[in-house]
Amino acid sequence: MGGWLGPDEWQAVALSLQVSLWATVVSLPLSIFVAYALARWSFPGKQVLNGLVHLPLILPPVVTGYLLLLVMGTRGPVGGVLAEFGIVFAFRWTGAALAAGIMAFPLMVRAIRLSIEAVDPKLEQASATLGASPAWVFLTVTLPMALPGIIAGSILAFAKAMGEFGATITFVSNIPGQTRTIPSAIYAFLQVPGGEGSAMKLVIVSVVVAMSALLLSEVIGRRVADRVGGK
Amino acid sequence: MLEVRVRHAFEDFAVDATFDAPPGITVLFGRSGSGKTTIVNAVAGLLSPDAGRIVSGDRVLLDTEHKVSLKPHRRRLGYIFQEGRLFPHLTVRQNLAYGAWFASKDAPGEEMGRVVEILGIGALLDRRPGALSGGEKQRVAIGRALLSAPRLILADEPLAALDEARKAEILPYFERLRDEVAIPILYVSHAASEVARLATTVVALEAGRVIAQGPAADVLGNPAVLPAGAREAGAMLTARVVAHHADGLSELEAGGISLFLPRVAQPAGSMLRVRIAAHDVILSRGRPEGLSALNILPGTVTEIRPGDGPGAIVALETAAGRVLARITRRSADTLGLTAGMPVHAVVKTVSIASSDIGTSTA
Repeated sequence: MGGWLGPDEWQAVALSLQVSLWATVVSLPLSIFVAYALARWSFPGKQVLNGLVHLPLILPPVVTGYLLLLVMGTRGPVGGVLAEFGIVFAFRWTGAALAAGIMAFPLMVRAIRLSIEAVDPKLEQASATLGASPAWVFLTVTLPMALPGIIAGSILAFAKAMGEFGATITFVSNIPGQTRTIPSAIYAFLQVPGGEGSAMKLVIVSVVVAMSALLLSEVIGRRVADRVGGK
Repeated sequence: MLEVRVRHAFEDFAVDATFDAPPGITVLFGRSGSGKTTIVNAVAGLLSPDAGRIVSGDRVLLDTEHKVSLKPHRRRLGYIFQEGRLFPHLTVRQNLAYGAWFASKDAPGEEMGRVVEILGIGALLDRRPGALSGGEKQRVAIGRALLSAPRLILADEPLAALDEARKAEILPYFERLRDEVAIPILYVSHAASEVARLATTVVALEAGRVIAQGPAADVLGNPAVLPAGAREAGAMLTARVVAHHADGLSELEAGGISLFLPRVAQPAGSMLRVRIAAHDVILSRGRPEGLSALNILPGTVTEIRPGDGPGAIVALETAAGRVLARITRRSADTLGLTAGMPVHAVVKTVSIASSDIGTSTA
């Protein structure tokens, strides 16, 4: 693939994959936790949490990116503290991953929450009567039965992260090799004369990645659903 | 031994029940809505009653007065649910091993091979629950509960979702549990024939209250206790198989009285429980002659309880045991029945179905 893609284009593709993978993997445990809390617990402020989770889906991505810049920038209240420990998001690939993760978060939580809600609480009760503590009930019944939704949510989140543009470019700009992901690179190539060829190659890569993700989620989802469905 | 005292108020219904469950099967017997499942769920810890005390052997599972309430997973019980509730993502083998995995290693549990053999589920071990029939699922559910090394088994109408053929397939396994497993079994049922076959002890419930409790033959033979209604009334006799005859009948003996039943599978010498449904009993003042019915039990009327409708339940004491007869009040008047009067109970052989006959250790 390195032959077909030029070094700049390949760099954007590799960076996009890296950013999206990290965004998905890091947000997965948190998504499962939040989805479980929303599906099974009642607590004060549940609707506020639900709203916060969904906010990136509704806000203009540029606004999310700007808010990230304000909060997580090196002089922001959270970013400043983290910078003391050497953890910097602003204008780094890690920031791109953070922006992508936050934009993909609502999609992931939504898919996982629906699949957890579909797990029959009667099976969880049966598990408890057989001696499983709440943590074991979750690990041996709820989690495996919600697996199709977790996989679908993760792939959806990955695809969303691959396409993230607005929040990323606002928060971490468009630095080649650092924050120039595929969408940013396409945007940049289109700004310079003669860049359409490179842009088109990245468009093709985007389409291929997106289609593969969809197909993969179909195949894995069906296989897991068969398993969980007891066939 | 299990001791239960539960008080719980719902919006439109309250349960207030106290009873003991000795080893063997204790059946909570009552109509739907009489509070049976509430009580079982309180014992399992799936429901927190307003007040109560539940002691299993020497372990206090619940004592609201002393703020003790063990979580379900610490109660060490095996719960057989009506719908089986097998884990669909696990194989039969994994389902069976699930409870054993959480049981403490020193707990005296059943051995997997023995349980698989008793329940006849060896061929199913590598399948998933989605590929099992209703009866197979329920047998696996029984095995899963047994293998969790429980101190107590709970069964909430485990046969209610099955058709008659499947029920007939599962009932013998519960009879074996009753006779071979030393721990108490709390069994919920609204079906009189199931109660007559399985119960060591019956706790009769009506509207959340215990209206009678005691050995199965006593409670089922009490005309004042009809938790499932007069139509379901019927006493239970214990009889010994004497011989199998060439014409397809089996001869049994109870208290010196011969009983003829459609051929039973058990060999001569076995003890059986036979449920005599009250509406299948005809009463006669003299010993009937020239009658096709084969079973004639001489006895004495002990009680006559007129119902709300045209019927009455008559209780008799016979040498074979207590028998209930459901007749019309008009017949009771015509015969001039009174307590203490000698009568004959007449029971047709063919009216006794195989589902009315079960094994007994007594």
